[in-house]
Amino acid sequence: MDIRKIFQQYSDRTSYPEIGEDGKPIIDLSSHKYLKMWQGPQHPGVTGNMSLELTVCGDEIVESKTHVGYLHRGFEKLMERRKFIQCFPTCIRMCVAEPDPNEYLLARCVEELSGIEVPEMAQWLRTLVLEMARLQVLLRGVPGQGGTFALGLGYQWGNYIRDLILDRFEELTGGRVYHMYILPGGVRGLLPDGFKKRMEENLKLADEFVKSIDDLMYSNSVFKQRAKGLAVIPKEYIDKYGVYGPSARAAGVMRDVRKTNPYLKYAELDFEPYTTTESDVYARSRVRWYDLQTTIDLIRQIMAKMPEKGEIKAPTPNVLHWKIPKGETYVKCESSRGEYGMYMVTDGSDMPRRVNLKGPSYTHANMLLEKLLINANIADTAGIMVSLATCPPEIER
Amino acid sequence: MSLKDILTPFTAWKRVARTPVTVRDPFNDRPGADRYRGFHKNDVDTCIGCGTCESICENEAIDLVPFKDPVSGDSGLRPRIDYGRCCWCALCVDVCTTNSLTLSNEYTWVATDPEEYRYTPGVDKKSWDENEKGWKKPEGNYEFYDLNRVAMHHLHPEERSDSFIEMVTGYSKEQAMTEADRCVECGICIATCPAHMGIPEYIKAVRNDNMEEGMRVLYETNPLPEICGRICTHKCETVCSIGHKGDPLSIRWLKRYIADQIPSDKYKEILNTNNLEVNDKKVAIIGSGPSGLSAAHYLRLMGYQVTIFEQYAEAGGMMRYGIPEYRLPYDQLDKDINYILSLGVEIKYNTRIGDKITLADLGKKYDAVFAGTGLHLGRGTGIPGSDNEHVYYSTDLLRKITAGEKIEVADSVVVIGGGNVAMDITRSLARLQMKKYGRINIIATSLENEENMPADREEVVEAREEGAIIHPGWAPQSIEIENGVPIGLHVVKCNSLFDETGRFNPQCSMDIKEYWPGKMVVQSIGQGMDMTYLSDEFKENITFGPRGRVQTNEYFQTGVGWFFMGGDIIEGPDVIHGIANGHKAAVGIDRYIQDKLNSKQ
Repeated sequence: MDIRKIFQQYSDRTSYPEIGEDGKPIIDLSSHKYLKMWQGPQHPGVTGNMSLELTVCGDEIVESKTHVGYLHRGFEKLMERRKFIQCFPTCIRMCVAEPDPNEYLLARCVEELSGIEVPEMAQWLRTLVLEMARLQVLLRGVPGQGGTFALGLGYQWGNYIRDLILDRFEELTGGRVYHMYILPGGVRGLLPDGFKKRMEENLKLADEFVKSIDDLMYSNSVFKQRAKGLAVIPKEYIDKYGVYGPSARAAGVMRDVRKTNPYLKYAELDFEPYTTTESDVYARSRVRWYDLQTTIDLIRQIMAKMPEKGEIKAPTPNVLHWKIPKGETYVKCESSRGEYGMYMVTDGSDMPRRVNLKGPSYTHANMLLEKLLINANIADTAGIMVSLATCPPEIER
Repeated sequence: MSLKDILTPFTAWKRVARTPVTVRDPFNDRPGADRYRGFHKNDVDTCIGCGTCESICENEAIDLVPFKDPVSGDSGLRPRIDYGRCCWCALCVDVCTTNSLTLSNEYTWVATDPEEYRYTPGVDKKSWDENEKGWKKPEGNYEFYDLNRVAMHHLHPEERSDSFIEMVTGYSKEQAMTEADRCVECGICIATCPAHMGIPEYIKAVRNDNMEEGMRVLYETNPLPEICGRICTHKCETVCSIGHKGDPLSIRWLKRYIADQIPSDKYKEILNTNNLEVNDKKVAIIGSGPSGLSAAHYLRLMGYQVTIFEQYAEAGGMMRYGIPEYRLPYDQLDKDINYILSLGVEIKYNTRIGDKITLADLGKKYDAVFAGTGLHLGRGTGIPGSDNEHVYYSTDLLRKITAGEKIEVADSVVVIGGGNVAMDITRSLARLQMKKYGRINIIATSLENEENMPADREEVVEAREEGAIIHPGWAPQSIEIENGVPIGLHVVKCNSLFDETGRFNPQCSMDIKEYWPGKMVVQSIGQGMDMTYLSDEFKENITFGPRGRVQTNEYFQTGVGWFFMGGDIIEGPDVIHGIANGHKAAVGIDRYIQDKLNSKQ
């Protein structure tokens, strides 16, 4: 028996799976050619608590299904039973890694519906905090892409600088992870003394990190081999699947709310989001690497342009019985993952009637990921998922 | 793939020589940032237990637990934090009405007993109690509610100095709603209000623009809202939790706002008093002042047949005959009184108990009697010259003004006294002077210095605005009489009123003298009660306390079972106390009559 022939016979997977008339693969698990396996909900390669039901043929994924629901805490519903000010500590939990856009969107919804004008100083501070949040996410997310391909070193470097940024958050907002800083009407404090100096020191380290991660990851032949050409998002998917932010920009579609619909102080800042066309894991990671540099630059610009003193909060009605007239609004901002929006309906009472969060993870991690995993290698699953920067808490709210 | 792509990753090796950046906890201590939101601290002496922290906490992590006995302005409760629920958002700190609650920058705490994580900051001592750092309410214009009250519009001094029209114009709807929005619904005021009015509830009604609901809340505890909304001494406002950092709520004006919005003909429908039941029990009430009217109202609601005996020609007692019209217009007074009378309360005017009808007669004819006869007698200074016929008592003059009797106001007047009644007579006489002479020449003097004048501050300020001269800190010595009429008052500087033991013992500098000319001198240093209707047989069964006041039980029942007393004669001069007494006495009378009925069965 020529073992090589037998191996060849079984390793030839070109005919599997057969595609049925409805365009879906015909998978007969009893044929022993396929295997169902789960990745998650407890798996280091899954970004948070969700799971992927993969059907593999050898080590190639032929079908995938995403499962969410492990993290559902019903925040949107809880907020319907909270006063507007009480929604503020609740909403942040809808994305743990980057809580600040949640705060901003809630505050913006409330302000828009009740017609409150936020003071200049507070707007600058909000811009600063949102960029700091993006910075701390990217400091983890950029080297994290390497981590999914077993290059964990950069992740350590990034996390150290991220911790320093959390120190800055701590002295500005009083919290490291849940900042609870942007509240309806304004923000909760001016910059502490010496903040800018310490921030600048951290940014220098971040600059250095940008360079060293380029050497470690983006020039790394192994990383290139694995990431280039992997999980390409075709340009026609961008609208079809609602792809936002860096993932869309990697496919050559300029999607950045900061630029297309400037909010806060972004119109006064000079920046150009990076776009490329390869649209693979490498390109998406590269876009984030450029984003990291843009963010560092933006923080420097904000600190240089922002006034020293000013009002931090507009007068609001008594927060204990703040009633907002009947109305609805949709506001959006750019999170590190892409357009992040909140829809709020008010009915004239002191609680929101409906709050709905629209984050990019919902489409990225559900429909898009299922498509991208087809024909990918099992070992690349985590890499693909991280390249979409999915955040399960934001899917389930 | 280039050679560079293979080699550049090895540049990472240059980091091998760097020192580690890890904090080696617990060997290296890393304190939290200055603003860190760590564990709670509470200054229990500043805290008033208002409970706004509990209201705002979305996790329901805060409970108010007993700490000490409640006193006026302090619920005696203190917040207890459950760290199984707390999310350290610090909204409790930001909303705190006294700034007593703060967070420390301490963030590590190990305990073996899980119960320890539910603790009362400031009461349960913790290592971070003395920690100065940590989250405090941000400085500057950062408030969760407006600290400044909506200013009430008053008539300009020139508009009001020659007329008795009401000087306070009242809130508009927007003003009232803005003012009502400031309330944090802590309810500290309820305990302090003698009538325990549902203040947060009726303020909420203003906020919701539901005047009918507001009216119902008012009448639960106070049947004279138009009157109280104008002249109440508003003890509630002195303890308002918002007053700790800003202006207390204008509780009194909000009450007036509600009552002003409802026309008289809607009262019965709103308060559901169109068809009151009538039983066969009768109660007599002596005096139609606040306590009498209040008692009559609540007794009538319980079904009793109520008859009020009033010595003057019109109802209202001191509210009509003591308080000037510019503070309490007669039409508003009548609005409240007429509603009570319309419930079926009978009133006999010009009937003084003790003349033709005695108290004993009432006792025979009625099942119970309530006396709220008030403080109508003037008290004299007793200084030389005060017995002159042109030296008056303020109470007599105020009554005459109300009754429309003619008063020969002199072109120069001196008033002795610094209380609210002294201000009332000063400002009333000033108006009469303005009408008659076209100018004001009136001096009021008090023993107390400027800070300790017993009159409400606004009264003093307004009196001065109108042109009266107020000289606090002078003791009257003698009234100069010439040709049988007074021509002036001699005073000396008064330094202190009370000695170390707290006894009334004025100390004066006899060498610092002043003389104020005045062809009319008015004494207004307090009022006395006329108790002549109490015959000796009653006095035997009634116990008298200090200052000649009758001792009653908590329901204002005297030693004579069917005889109840309340109002100024028991509590001292104050309209809201009178209302509260009347209400309580009505409950007491009801209990007394029902007990008697039950014992017969």
